[in-house]
Amino acid sequence: METSSVSPHMRDTSASINDNRLKILEATMKRNQYRPDALIEVLHKAQELFGFLSPTLLISVARSLHLPPSRVYGVATFYHFFSLAPQGEHTCTICLGTACYVRGANNLMVAAEGAIGVSAGKTTADGTFSLASARCLGACGIAPAVIVDGVVAGNVTPRDLSARLVALLASPSKDESRT
Amino acid sequence: MDLHELQQIARRERERRRRIRIHCCTSLGCHASNAIEIKRRLEEAVIAAGLEGEIEVAGVGCMGFCGHGPMVEIDPENILYEYVSPDDAPSIVASIHGGACTAGRGDKNHPFFARQYPIVRKNGGKIDPERIEEYIAAGGYRSLYRAINEMTPAEVIDEITRSGLRGRGGAGYPTGLKWATVAKSRGDRRFVVCNGDEGDPGAFMDRSVLESDPHLVLEGMSIAAYAVGADQGYVYVRGEYPLAIERLQKAINQAKKHSLLGSQIFDSALDFRVDIRVGAGAFVCGEETALIASIEGGRGQPRPRPPYPAESGLWGKPTLINNVETFANIASIIERGSAWYSGIGTESSRGTKVFALTGKICNTGLVEVPMGMTLREIVEGLGGGAPDGGTVKAVQTGGPSGGCIPASLFDTPVDYESLAKVGSIMGSGGMVVMDEATNMVELAKFYMEFCMDESCGKCIPCRVGTVQIYRLLEKITAGEATPADVDQLRALCQLVRDTSLCGLGQSAPNPVISTLKYFPEEYDALIKP
Repeated sequence: METSSVSPHMRDTSASINDNRLKILEATMKRNQYRPDALIEVLHKAQELFGFLSPTLLISVARSLHLPPSRVYGVATFYHFFSLAPQGEHTCTICLGTACYVRGANNLMVAAEGAIGVSAGKTTADGTFSLASARCLGACGIAPAVIVDGVVAGNVTPRDLSARLVALLASPSKDESRT
Repeated sequence: MDLHELQQIARRERERRRRIRIHCCTSLGCHASNAIEIKRRLEEAVIAAGLEGEIEVAGVGCMGFCGHGPMVEIDPENILYEYVSPDDAPSIVASIHGGACTAGRGDKNHPFFARQYPIVRKNGGKIDPERIEEYIAAGGYRSLYRAINEMTPAEVIDEITRSGLRGRGGAGYPTGLKWATVAKSRGDRRFVVCNGDEGDPGAFMDRSVLESDPHLVLEGMSIAAYAVGADQGYVYVRGEYPLAIERLQKAINQAKKHSLLGSQIFDSALDFRVDIRVGAGAFVCGEETALIASIEGGRGQPRPRPPYPAESGLWGKPTLINNVETFANIASIIERGSAWYSGIGTESSRGTKVFALTGKICNTGLVEVPMGMTLREIVEGLGGGAPDGGTVKAVQTGGPSGGCIPASLFDTPVDYESLAKVGSIMGSGGMVVMDEATNMVELAKFYMEFCMDESCGKCIPCRVGTVQIYRLLEKITAGEATPADVDQLRALCQLVRDTSLCGLGQSAPNPVISTLKYFPEEYDALIKP
């Protein structure tokens, strides 16, 4: 099911040299004086701009910071935040921290997997939706918590979440409004 | 900036204030429950009622009672509203002049509030974390002034040592001793690092402090920089905490603008700059040597100690690493003195500790209590016990590195030594409460899966051991294990504990060991004869 066929709305990194995002990334590296210790900051920025870290992007960062590509790849794969594969247009992250777990976050995961049709850590074949789990969002006071398209919601029930995700899946793509 | 200017800022802020302030909690919990809309509607309602001259609406930091949010408080009337919805806004404003209010009233005399002793959270829910003027009006940066102008670095370290403050990140190392070691270490440069990589699931006090009172942390770091002779600081914050990062960055910018960070602070020789380093999702980075590797831009893998970071840390220079809550205690100790601080808590654990009460508990939220309070008082008194008539079975402290403490041991006082004696740790202060519905073997498996995923892979006992322990637990929960498997589980736990390189591996077996010890019947029920 979860093939990596890239759909048109996925932000890819084969953009032209004049791509504004590359300029912004360049500015970030310049601000950090191209110091190798700024690698994580730069990767954060790159992922924010491009959505994920492609091999081309990693190599260009390595060149700019005068680091061996192996070092950049090593760091990019060490941290959970960095994604080497494109993410879906919508994302749903379910917190599986202890407080959420004790309050039934597993049931939320089952509901989300059912609604979206992929397992945690995967993206749907058409690139519409990514499902992920988080270790702890620090939102334990409103457990169980989820993040749907960047917005944190608390005290979520499986039924609410399922309805919310099904509605998002049915809504028309916002492709045109994306940068 | 001098003392006079500081006092002027405070005076102008007090004069600017309206007689009545409606405090609207805008920390993560309430933020996610529509607090921003509530604040907007309250502002509209104040204008609609023509009361702008008398009432102002302020977005404030965490009030602590996250489970009953969104929360709104009327100051100085001390009236609390809980589970507020945006539609309640007009009636909250009307209630100030005697109108009826549709929002539910909270009880400030509830033990949840009444039994607390706020030091770290003193400004939480009272000041707008995005305005330095409010922090200064609450007495902020006065301790930094005092330290620089009235004390020598050695006197500051002495004061912290005498206060008995111990590291709030988990291990409880005496803070003053750590500062003294850094100050004595040779090096042409020293660093101060604030560990805000609060990775323990179930702990969120550091997030709350950074979101609610970022200047308190910055002031603590600046005092530390003066004491140990550092000129650069880093705050390492989890990437999962965007709101904390945003507010901290705003606070750093404001402090710079007011010359409270930067060169020649308070016209002294102290230069101190602070930068944020955003974590990228690795639990092991809470370990200090891994955190240093991460700040240096590498994989967050720990290294053997000694040398300790106090002697050889960031880029090989002496580095002071303290956690967010530790730094948040410093300004109060300098302001009120070590004698006052050491009078709170117990003989070996002075001061207060912030705990995050979560899980199957009525009153979810943050509480700051004197050390030495019993688990029972915290869980049943402040926390109100389990919801829906359930029975509390155990409480888990210290996250994946801690242990489960059964209800029969709830008279244990909460201090570093007592918690260690019952097989757990203080940790960063997470307290996840379990009721009868929680299966302890499943819980142990849950934690082991966490440690297995988060193992950095550097040392074999942790990398391989956690996987094998996890597989044994899987076998047990599937009902396929024999008594020999349980024996092997025990042996493996001991091995991983004794031979792992860093704290993550050394403490990873704790949840298994403690559940085996206190809930053997739950394991036995799953074992094939």
